[in-house]
Formats: sequence, C-alpha cells, structure tokens
Amino acid sequence: MFDWKWDFFWEVLPRLLSATVNTLIAAGVGYVIALVLGLILTLAQRTTFNILNMIVREFVEFIRSTPLILQIFFIFYVGPQFGIKMSPWTAGMVAIGLHYAAYLSEVYRGALDSVPKGQWEACSALSMKTHDTYFRIIIPQALPSALAGMGNYLVGIFKDTPMLSVIGVAELMHTANAIGSENYRFLEPLTMVGVIFLLISIPAAGFIRVFEGWLHKKLGMK
Amino acid sequence: MSYWQFLSEYGPRFLEGTLVTLLQFIFAVFLTIALALVAGFMKLSNNLFVKGVSVTYIELFRGTSLLVQLYWIFFVLPLLGITLEKFTAGIITLSLCLGAYGAELVRGAIQSVPKEQWEAAYSLSLSPIKRMWRIILPQALANILPAWGNLMIELFKATALVSLISVADLMFEARQVNSITYMSAQAFGTALIIYYIIARFIITPVIRWLEFITMRKMGRG
Repeated sequence: MFDWKWDFFWEVLPRLLSATVNTLIAAGVGYVIALVLGLILTLAQRTTFNILNMIVREFVEFIRSTPLILQIFFIFYVGPQFGIKMSPWTAGMVAIGLHYAAYLSEVYRGALDSVPKGQWEACSALSMKTHDTYFRIIIPQALPSALAGMGNYLVGIFKDTPMLSVIGVAELMHTANAIGSENYRFLEPLTMVGVIFLLISIPAAGFIRVFEGWLHKKLGMK
Repeated sequence: MSYWQFLSEYGPRFLEGTLVTLLQFIFAVFLTIALALVAGFMKLSNNLFVKGVSVTYIELFRGTSLLVQLYWIFFVLPLLGITLEKFTAGIITLSLCLGAYGAELVRGAIQSVPKEQWEAAYSLSLSPIKRMWRIILPQALANILPAWGNLMIELFKATALVSLISVADLMFEARQVNSITYMSAQAFGTALIIYYIIARFIITPVIRWLEFITMRKMGRG
C-alpha cells in the first residue's frame, strides 16, 4: 500500500531543492514589496484629504477580503488586456506583494495608533515637519509593536507562495507537480514539498520569536 | 460584448459557483469550530500523549501551506487507500488547516480566563463539565470572537483554493468563463466583486452582530 521509493526520492531531491531557492526568492521579494507598499498604504490613510483616506481604506479592505489566488489570476490575465504584459514572476510578485501590503498596512496602522498622543503633540509643539515627525519620532517608537505582526506575515507569505504555481512560477509546488506528471508518481514529490515547508517554517517561526524577544530586551521594553 | 451582455450570458454560472463556495464555507465553518475546540482542549490536557497528538496536528497544519495539504490529501491519500470525493476533500482540508489556527485561539482564550474563575467554580464544587460549559467557555468565547472573525474571513477566502482540485466553486467558474470568452477583466473582476461583497457585507456584519450579542450577554456591552 505504501510504496515509497527512496531511489526516486534521491533522484528528484536536487530539483526540489533548487525550486526551494526559487520559493525563498519569491517570498523574499514579495515581502520587500509588501513592506514598502504597506507603508505607503498606511500613510495614504492618514493624509488631510478625507476622500483619499476613505478610498485607500476601502481598497485595503477590498484586498483583504478577496482571495489571493484570484488576485494572482486577475493581475496576470487582465494586465495584457490593457497592454501591460507581465511575466509570471512579475505578476506573481506584484500580486503577492500587494496582498500582503494590505495586511502589513493594518499592522503599521495598529502600531502607529499605539504611540501615545503626547508624542504627536510634542512634535507639533516643536513645529516639526510631517516627514521628521514620522521618521524621527513616531516610526522608531511604533516599530517594536509592529514587529510581531511583521514576523508572522513573513512566514505567511512564504506559505502562500505555492499559489504562484497556478500561473507557472517555477517554485516548489510547480516543480513537484511537474515531476509528478512526468513520472506518474505524486507520493514522493508532494510529500517532500510538505516536509520542506515544515523544515523551513517551524524554525523560522521560532527564530522570529527569539528575535522579537531579543529586540524588546535591547529596546529596554520588558 | 458589453458587460451587461456578459452578465446575462454567464451570470448563472457565477451564481452556481457562488452557491458551491458558500456551501464549502458553511460546512467548513462547523467542522473548523469542532476541530479547533477539540484540538484546543487537547493541547491543554495534562496527559502527554493527548497533548502530543494535538501539538503534532497543529504544527503540521500551521507549518505547511493549505495548497500543499489540499494536493496531498487529494492526490496522495488515494495512493494510501483513502479516496475522498473532491467536494468532501475540499471541506476536510479547509477545516483541518483553519482548525489548527483556531485551536491556538481556543487554547489562548481558555488560558486568558482569570484563575479566580476556575477557583470559584471549583469551590462551588461544580462538576468539571459544568465548570467548563457554564463558567469558563462563555468567557473564553467572548475573548476569542474578534480573532475568530478574522479566521472566518480567512476561511472564506481559502475556499477559492478548492477550485484547484476542480470543485466547481466561484473561482473555478471564473476561470472557465475566462477560458471560454478571453474576457479576463470581466470574468475575474466579477468574481472579485462577489467575494468582496460576501466577505465585507455579509460575513463581517454577522460576526460583528455575534460579538455584540455575546458582549451584551456577558454584561459588558
């Protein structure tokens, strides 16, 4: 019943490992896009133009309440209709970056709200520029409380990369499917993908906890 | 073809897909809650074996991707002699995955109930079941609801993945319509809007309402 073939395992291992690198690259690039775009989405909700704030707010809600997989398809297939041709990689990075930007913007928002009001008042009393207020006073204080959420979404983005396989990004899931259909054997490649995910995401989650603890201590917060 | 023509021609397909998505969601909600409660309680057990089973389950399903789990359960389990029909496989995988996240919420919520409540229930010599059911669980439930609401939205969005094992849900129909008409913006756009309306204007308000009811019952409203 359980016919696991070790020689097949060894045969496909190198291919899966090199696909793992692609998965990590996809997660990393997507995360960087999400970090930056998320900040823009947060700041765009705090301008003096109420209409802009509301539109951005609802846009974030829209991204957060629709499936990532559908967004991936949408960006990949709709772009060409309007003359924007993107490779699967580009479209995938844009989609996953945008999706997680919406989540991260909520993390940033919560963190900014956690900075005491007196800090804002002090800034305006010193008539600091908005730019200085954010980058020199508020963000450095908000960062520690944002870190937990940011860490969780790093692991989250890593676990969502298999969805990129549907538009043909050659990450782990895509490679495993390819191996499976070339050899008519799905047991080993699909199981290996699961194990590789476990081997990366559990230590990563643990590492993030340790890092958070270290940072909190370093910043003198409990 | 204008968008209205598009809708009148393919609208019914989107509606059928939406129905399947909602069915997947509703079944999975009940199964997720059940799994989360069981695994959450098991993780709090003093029995190492019971606790171990729960920890293994939670880490296994939180550590891998839903899509990996879905493919594994649908394509690999049959090789081991367990064949699930795709509709069932979808519901079971969704519930197993989200249930693992839910279990951590349940555990956290039960642990967040103040110790005095346990002691008071104990000193009134309430039976363990009564203590849990009438004293601890209602308070834990109230603490858990906001986080639980987010999890339900995640579950709803996750149902889109069952289209990849060809359950004919909304996502699946959108892809079909796209490959028939090549009208990607209309096909995927319509699906996006339907998902958005259900998540934002149906599921979220229902959760808010449940929160309101619970808070009022708890006398915190």
